[in-house]
Amino acid sequence: MGMDIRLPIGLMFSVLGVLLTVFGAFSRREIYRVSLGINMNLAWGLVLLAFGVVMLLFVYAANKSERLHETKAASEVARSKE
Amino acid sequence: MSLTSIDWLIMGVYFVFVLGIGVALKRYMKTSTDFFLAGRSIPAWICGLAFLSANLGAQEVIGMAACGAKYGIATSHFYWIGAVPAMVFVGIFMMPFYYGSKARSVPEYLRMRFDEKTRGLNAISFAVMTIFSSGISMYAMAKLIQVLHVFDVPFQKMELPQGMIFHVSIVLSALIVLGYIFLGGLTSAIYNEVLQFFLIVAGFLPLVYLGLKNVGGWPGLKASLPPAYSHSWQGMTHANTNPLGVEVFGLAMGLGFVLSFGYWCTNYLVVQRAMAADSMSAARRTPLIAAVPKILFPILVILPGLIAVALPTQAPTSLQAANGTVIVQQATGRGIIPAKIDEASGQVKLDSTGKPVLDYDLAIPNMLLHYYPTGLLGLGLTALLASFMSGMAGNVTAFNTVWTYDIYQSYINKHASDEHYLWMGRMATVFGVALSIAAAYAATRFNNIMDFLQLVFAFVNAPLFATFLLGMFWKRTTGHGAFTGLLSGMLAAALHHGVTLPAGADTGIKGGWLGIAHTYPSEMAQNFWTAIWAWSVCFVVTILISVVTKPHKEEEMVGLVYSLTKKPSEKHLPWYQRPAYLGIAVLALALSLNIIFR
Repeated sequence: MGMDIRLPIGLMFSVLGVLLTVFGAFSRREIYRVSLGINMNLAWGLVLLAFGVVMLLFVYAANKSERLHETKAASEVARSKE
Repeated sequence: MSLTSIDWLIMGVYFVFVLGIGVALKRYMKTSTDFFLAGRSIPAWICGLAFLSANLGAQEVIGMAACGAKYGIATSHFYWIGAVPAMVFVGIFMMPFYYGSKARSVPEYLRMRFDEKTRGLNAISFAVMTIFSSGISMYAMAKLIQVLHVFDVPFQKMELPQGMIFHVSIVLSALIVLGYIFLGGLTSAIYNEVLQFFLIVAGFLPLVYLGLKNVGGWPGLKASLPPAYSHSWQGMTHANTNPLGVEVFGLAMGLGFVLSFGYWCTNYLVVQRAMAADSMSAARRTPLIAAVPKILFPILVILPGLIAVALPTQAPTSLQAANGTVIVQQATGRGIIPAKIDEASGQVKLDSTGKPVLDYDLAIPNMLLHYYPTGLLGLGLTALLASFMSGMAGNVTAFNTVWTYDIYQSYINKHASDEHYLWMGRMATVFGVALSIAAAYAATRFNNIMDFLQLVFAFVNAPLFATFLLGMFWKRTTGHGAFTGLLSGMLAAALHHGVTLPAGADTGIKGGWLGIAHTYPSEMAQNFWTAIWAWSVCFVVTILISVVTKPHKEEEMVGLVYSLTKKPSEKHLPWYQRPAYLGIAVLALALSLNIIFR
């Protein structure tokens, strides 16, 4: 229906991923005492970013193949006219 | 709970996307079918995730973690015995009639198959039920926001009274849900449910990782819990030797058959998601696709509950509110689960044996606070809020459709234009949300009213699956039979509840209000048996009345009854898209997990 749902999913997770990664890279070590000393913001931020980017790649690939179909169909119409 | 700007930022990003989806979809809402059934144009995987997510409300996330903490891994029966077989059944056997009949709702199917009175009974009870379910979600969410002190600091900064937090939480959540459904209808709800699904996974998965790492993995977790907690089938042969207080027959019939099939196969809240699919085979695959993550969900919701009780019990501490006053005396709890505090006296609540009553619903929230640093905490909290909203939105979309098609169009205004019904759908969304708010406030006033209503709905729902089973698979079933069967099933449920009581409970809302003929070891056992009685009575009465009443004409039932309908051909599909193969694979996976964690 109109919009590819992978677009908002991809965009949202990319944004959340970037936010967490950047925050994780610049945050103080002490705040990770609760998470067993692991910088979960950085680690999980990168995972979310990767997921978001993969979703966006799907959208890109789908759009590309759709355009390919359209041009093919258009050229076939042109050929049948000749 | 102290949130920093990064947490607020994450929450803000999520809400921008939630409303953004509604805005982006608005221009596609041209007909009532677009609004109520998403134009029947959604691919199977999206419907599948929405099918799952509509059920992934707060009761699911908070409730199943609470159950995990209370009963251990036996909670997985709700998934591997309960939900999964029912989801396979609805996909393979029932969807051909739901989708194939072109009924726009579950009550409408009942009218096509039986008659107007059966539809009316189902439509009205269902509409009332959705409003109260959505109200309960709203109430629980506002309560949780209060308990976790999410908004305390911002309210202080804006110099607003803390007493306003509850009201603001209710209004805010109502406005957001209203906003995106009003704009984009079912499509918007489905898209948001898929977004919420991924967010809930993203928000809770690190919790499982950190928790397991902390307690020494699965072996470490097993070692620190009583054995019944990590074996789902231990002691199941007798009701008194397992934590659920249910024996195998009650479990298989009550939960595995009546309750789960009743929910997943007849509840329009979930069936609506499959009806939005773009083809018959996509509609049939919807519940099967949903079953795969459903099988794995115990990892996400039950494990955190188990970890919460496995952690060392903390010495009594006091939490400090942002303004410096001590608010919760964390008394003798279990793991990181605190005891319940009586709001009136400020004392720990004790049960009849003098032990403190534990607040298991805090399992997930306390785990978030225990393990998440700021940043991730924002994500986890957003995931929690998302689960509340998907529960609400699912109910509101089911309500506006049933109201518009099955009540308004059938009894109030029969021959209006499609444009008018689209408008009515939007209006129904507005007053559906308004009524939910009223229900949420009713819950604050009379705590028992909600327990009471949930009980009534259990009575209404339990027999329903017998009606569908007979309607779809026995062509002799008549409208009078279905209607009488449903009513007697409800009555049987009420009667059974009236003469039984769970051990240790007081008569009244828990049962026994007609005298006590039998005592069950647990409330769960009583619920399962109430359902079994209701189902059986409905089944038998429907058959008896059907046999003595005039049968429907066969040509009127083509596409509605199994023996009169051509089987949908799936030959053109590759094997991995054929519902039967998918169903077998899903069942095999559920069975193997049952064996591994027996």
